[in-house]
Amino acid sequence: MANGVTTVSLEQIEEKVKQQKTALRRSERRAELIYPVLVAAALLLLWEAVSRFFGVPEYLFPTPSAIIATTVNNWALLLTETWITTVEILLGYFASILIGVPLALAIFHWPVFAKSIYPLLISTQAMPKVAVAPLLVVWFGFGLMPKVLIAFLIAFFPIVINTVVGLSSLEREKIHLAQSMGLSRFDTFRLIRLPHALPSLFAGLKISITLAVVGAVVGEFVGGDGGLGYQLMVANGAMDTPLLFAGIVVLTLLGLVLFWMVEAAERWAMPYQDRITGMGISS
Amino acid sequence: MIGSMGAAEMLARQAPQAAAESYLAVDNLSKIYVADEGTVRALDRVSLEQKRGEFVSIVGPSGCGKSTLLMIAAGLTSASDGEIRVNGKRIVGPRTDVGIVFQNHVLLDWRTAIENVMLQAEARKLDREAAEVRARELLNAVGLAGFENKYPKSLSGGMKQRVSICRALIHNPPHLLMDEPFGALDALTRDQLVLDLQKICSERSMTILFITHSIAEAVFLSDRVIVMTPRPGKIDRIIDIDLPRPRTLAMRDSSKFVEYSREILDIFLARGVLHEN
Repeated sequence: MANGVTTVSLEQIEEKVKQQKTALRRSERRAELIYPVLVAAALLLLWEAVSRFFGVPEYLFPTPSAIIATTVNNWALLLTETWITTVEILLGYFASILIGVPLALAIFHWPVFAKSIYPLLISTQAMPKVAVAPLLVVWFGFGLMPKVLIAFLIAFFPIVINTVVGLSSLEREKIHLAQSMGLSRFDTFRLIRLPHALPSLFAGLKISITLAVVGAVVGEFVGGDGGLGYQLMVANGAMDTPLLFAGIVVLTLLGLVLFWMVEAAERWAMPYQDRITGMGISS
Repeated sequence: MIGSMGAAEMLARQAPQAAAESYLAVDNLSKIYVADEGTVRALDRVSLEQKRGEFVSIVGPSGCGKSTLLMIAAGLTSASDGEIRVNGKRIVGPRTDVGIVFQNHVLLDWRTAIENVMLQAEARKLDREAAEVRARELLNAVGLAGFENKYPKSLSGGMKQRVSICRALIHNPPHLLMDEPFGALDALTRDQLVLDLQKICSERSMTILFITHSIAEAVFLSDRVIVMTPRPGKIDRIIDIDLPRPRTLAMRDSSKFVEYSREILDIFLARGVLHEN
């Protein structure tokens, strides 16, 4: 290189490095997509092969092909049940936001209120929601209400806790800054404290959406006349294991879609934020 | 900026003895913190005065109470005894006639550089367009032209602190309070920012209270240097810096500059803040 015959300009080197970088990034993105899909496909194939080879009976452990076939054959039924469950989940989830966020604000603003409500809040969380589900059925019957309530009960706690943590984690210096600028308490909240709390609030919202799915399904288990959870019970009773699996697959997809929607809302609310994709936290 | 937001800064009583020239008067100020392991004597009956338009530095080691003194001067922390007066008015709540530069930049992650500067203007309900022109001018003056729309996460430490200086200046505050603003920066960035600060100061009439632990920074920037020693935080000496302005980096090697630095260093050696052996 020191012979000086071919001198490369810095611009050319820059161009080369840039191209390398883009190529690297593209292949990384491809890998992110391809490897999980490949692994999943390999596992499914293995499952299929093992089931067939050993002749595992369908009522015990159906093959992936049987599950897919059942899903396709029952798509109308599954879609109807999915709709019912989705409504329950979303009603419970929105209720938990509508009650959880204001409750968090109240806990943050009035320490006395916080002290009096906290033990109660912890107790409701320590109490297993599945245990109160039958009681809710006794009170509210087999309709929509008990499922929404269970989804709500299970989902609202992480929203409250995360919002409170986000609101109270503001650094002292930012408060000093606000005071020196003559910001009112309300404007400090609006311009500084609330945006500061958003990442934490969304962490709570993401945990809660997956919990709301669990809540609605538990509600349907205990006393339902519709929904994916109810369908699981029916399939179980009829020893229709492929349909049981199909229900689980659809529930999983539903959970993923709802989680992605919350993530999309997060991206919309905080476009400036670097974030780690939160799929890991979802379960 | 005097109008709407002065509510917190109330006039408790007129101090009759306030000298006409004195802008900031710190009178017998003490601060004691109560901690788990007992009390901490942060400030021990500190008194000082600052004239309008004067650049005063407080230099001292960590823990000598200099930052506490600044926070009390800003009305953000209460004193245990004694008082602070601005223009003869006793300070009893957060002052809003100031610009504060903190040790950390304290920028809001969700706002771009210029939006962070504009926060001050929004808080004070300044005219938006005029303020934005000023914000751009200020960012330009500290070498941040072209970075206006960058979020803090993509700015370096020095750049963030520059943005926070612009934020403290956009409303033309009569009093600028700086709490070790360059403490976390590398030596070259510090030198540049010190020069930038000197330039900005020369262009407007501002009274600046500057906290630092760097002797060179204090001597370079100040009209007067107040030397503090720790445990309890006390003023040891007040030194007038008689060097022509604008000051240049080369001046740091001049005999006068070296003499001033030596004087401060000797105080720290004599008080056991530093020991040679």
